[in-house]
Amino acid sequence: MKIVSIVVCGVGGQGILTASDIVAKIALRGGYDVKKSEVHGMSQRGGSVISAIRYGDKVYSPLVTEGMADYILSFEKLEALRNLPRLKNHGVVISNDYKVNPASVLSGELEYPEDIEERIINAGVELELIPGIELAHKTGNIKTVNTILLGALAKRLSFQKENWIRAIYERVPKETHNSNKKAFELGYNFKGED
Amino acid sequence: MKEIMMGNEAVARGAWEGGLHVATAYPGTPSSEILESLSHYPEIYSEWCTNEKVALEVATGVSFAGGRALVAMKHVGLNVAADPLFSLSYIGATGGIVIVTCDDPSMHSSQNEQDNRHYAISAKIPLLEPSDSEEARIFTKLALKMSEDFDTPVLLRLTTRISHTRSVVNLGEREAVPVKGYKKDFKKRVILPVNARKLHSKVEERTKKLKEFANNFEWNRIEEESSKVGIVTDSISYQYVKEVFPEASVLKLSMPWPFPDKLVRRFASSVDRLLCIEENDPFIESQIRQLSIPVVGKDKVPMVLELNPTRVAKSFGKEFGYPVSVDIKDLPPRPPALCPGCPHTGFFYIASKLKLIVTGDIGCYTLGALPPLNAIDTCVEMGASIGNAYGIQLALTKLGDENLKKKVVAVIGDSTFFHSGITGLINTYYNHGFGTVVILDNYSTAMTGHQGHPGVGKTLMGTPGRKVELTSLIKGIGIQNVYTVNAYDLDKIKEALKREIERDDLSVVIIRSPCALIEDFEKKPYYHVDENKCTSCSLCLKLGCPAISMGDNYAIIDKYLCTGCSLCSQVCPFEAIVQKEEK
Repeated sequence: MKIVSIVVCGVGGQGILTASDIVAKIALRGGYDVKKSEVHGMSQRGGSVISAIRYGDKVYSPLVTEGMADYILSFEKLEALRNLPRLKNHGVVISNDYKVNPASVLSGELEYPEDIEERIINAGVELELIPGIELAHKTGNIKTVNTILLGALAKRLSFQKENWIRAIYERVPKETHNSNKKAFELGYNFKGED
Repeated sequence: MKEIMMGNEAVARGAWEGGLHVATAYPGTPSSEILESLSHYPEIYSEWCTNEKVALEVATGVSFAGGRALVAMKHVGLNVAADPLFSLSYIGATGGIVIVTCDDPSMHSSQNEQDNRHYAISAKIPLLEPSDSEEARIFTKLALKMSEDFDTPVLLRLTTRISHTRSVVNLGEREAVPVKGYKKDFKKRVILPVNARKLHSKVEERTKKLKEFANNFEWNRIEEESSKVGIVTDSISYQYVKEVFPEASVLKLSMPWPFPDKLVRRFASSVDRLLCIEENDPFIESQIRQLSIPVVGKDKVPMVLELNPTRVAKSFGKEFGYPVSVDIKDLPPRPPALCPGCPHTGFFYIASKLKLIVTGDIGCYTLGALPPLNAIDTCVEMGASIGNAYGIQLALTKLGDENLKKKVVAVIGDSTFFHSGITGLINTYYNHGFGTVVILDNYSTAMTGHQGHPGVGKTLMGTPGRKVELTSLIKGIGIQNVYTVNAYDLDKIKEALKREIERDDLSVVIIRSPCALIEDFEKKPYYHVDENKCTSCSLCLKLGCPAISMGDNYAIIDKYLCTGCSLCSQVCPFEAIVQKEEK
């Protein structure tokens, strides 16, 4: 099987490493060779964070650089655009419709770009924008945004839904299993506004 | 059984399988998870040491008594441990001893990108380099055995992309290796000149034997494809080479030192054109050149920053991937910042206001150097702040600039102080230095993942440790002026600093409160901005708190990020920032 490459990105503290762990575990259980890269330490203090998962028969590079990713799963819009050069020209961006202002924007020195969606679409790739926070409110647990996004990714990959839910259950507190299941379904079945 | 493991976890697994008895380390990205993983294996005793030098000395003692030991550190940690390392090379290993260095090409969380492969040459010890987690497991096990077989410490080198990449590992069983026991050996372990002269000859003999071993080592592997191009590579670069040049023949060096000269000659003669692709320094390439073999390497492959598939392909003008066309040069960067509620923020805010010259140190608090705080003038290495501040004062004394001299303050974190700050402080005290040393005590080695240290009193294996109390420790040196201030009380911090910098004596100000990311931190009801009182003066933004931003007409506090630390309300001159009742 050809290699599938997924970039998971966002801002330090958003739970990117946990989400990418779940994807890697599912791929391993699917019988594939898997590699997952991540960065720890300083960049986790509110900086841009990226993790990449690659799976297939035999994976060499753990890094996903220019034109290598089939999917970008972003927890924040600006980070989706920042990582866009990693995407293949027929790839897909799934992004949380959510803004986190960098320090330079908070201080009023620079501006948060207003044309992110436009620039992603103009690059000729598919963009699926997920209203993560709005959907998370429906589950009664605001902390399920990441599970919603995983649901949106899951519908594009070949793994069984049950395997996803099992892997998510292994990583979240027991009392949140119901809300996380609901969140996964909301992401999986999300259709957008068209 | 298969499992997906980080390279660091795989080192721990391999060490366990290889019958390891004791593991020691000082935390440092990207190496910290090795000891954290080892602490979960009950057969192994593991501990955080005060610094890397001590960690290697403890491990050396274990080896003296015939136990198997592993020491882990980040690349710059090996500079701290270099002194015992060079002696240990002569002394050799009774119980197997492995030193794991985790280098950080691209400096994701480091101050330089030194290439620790050079330590293998200068300390005259064998070097093993895994290229994924499974090799990390196997090589760690091999290294323990190699250490005993060849009577040498072994250097196992990972890089960030090996340490922090998760890949598939085949789990093995633990080999039962008994501790051999202690036997006195004057000629081997007391490196007086009389013994060391003989030991050096032994080391040179050992290197010859290890060279033969490397020439025949099964993990120094030729992967034959087309004979047009042959690529010599190691570590993570191997993975990029296989990704970008699947058609090329490859010589993967898993043990590049002592250099397997015969193997490299054989490979070079089997291909039309020889390339060498490695990260950072031309370590392997220099060795190939010494054999007078023509090779293309650093004239094409960048020396600075880590490699990746794109960089490897571009080095040789090869098309790679299916890139989209998009310009992202104008995007606002997102550098790391101090967290909302960080107990370091208050000090830096005051230091910035008082226009102090602040010599900094290594930890989260180095981020106090960034805008809007801009409060740190220098950052060199672990423990440097105190000596640096004293040195600046010496020069300013020569210059006769007494006013500026008073503005010099050293700032250091609690864990860094125990690591190597205390020797600097003793030096200043001993030499009649003066000035103010600020210790930011957040009960944690925060940047590397909140590991314990002597001031915390919790050990790596979860048992209560003995706590070293900072104030009595510093007073024990003889320093009389030691004051502790709450990290969230701006007035008190300001008062203490203004008072102490004027004092004609050495003083230490401990600014204390737990890291906002650990259990001991007490989150309080959040603050919000009274729209009618806020004048958009932007003073609160000077704290650099990620929870505060400027709206169109007034400041906004993100209630989900706010920890209720109150610093912004103390800064606001219009009393526009008030606490909400509920959490």
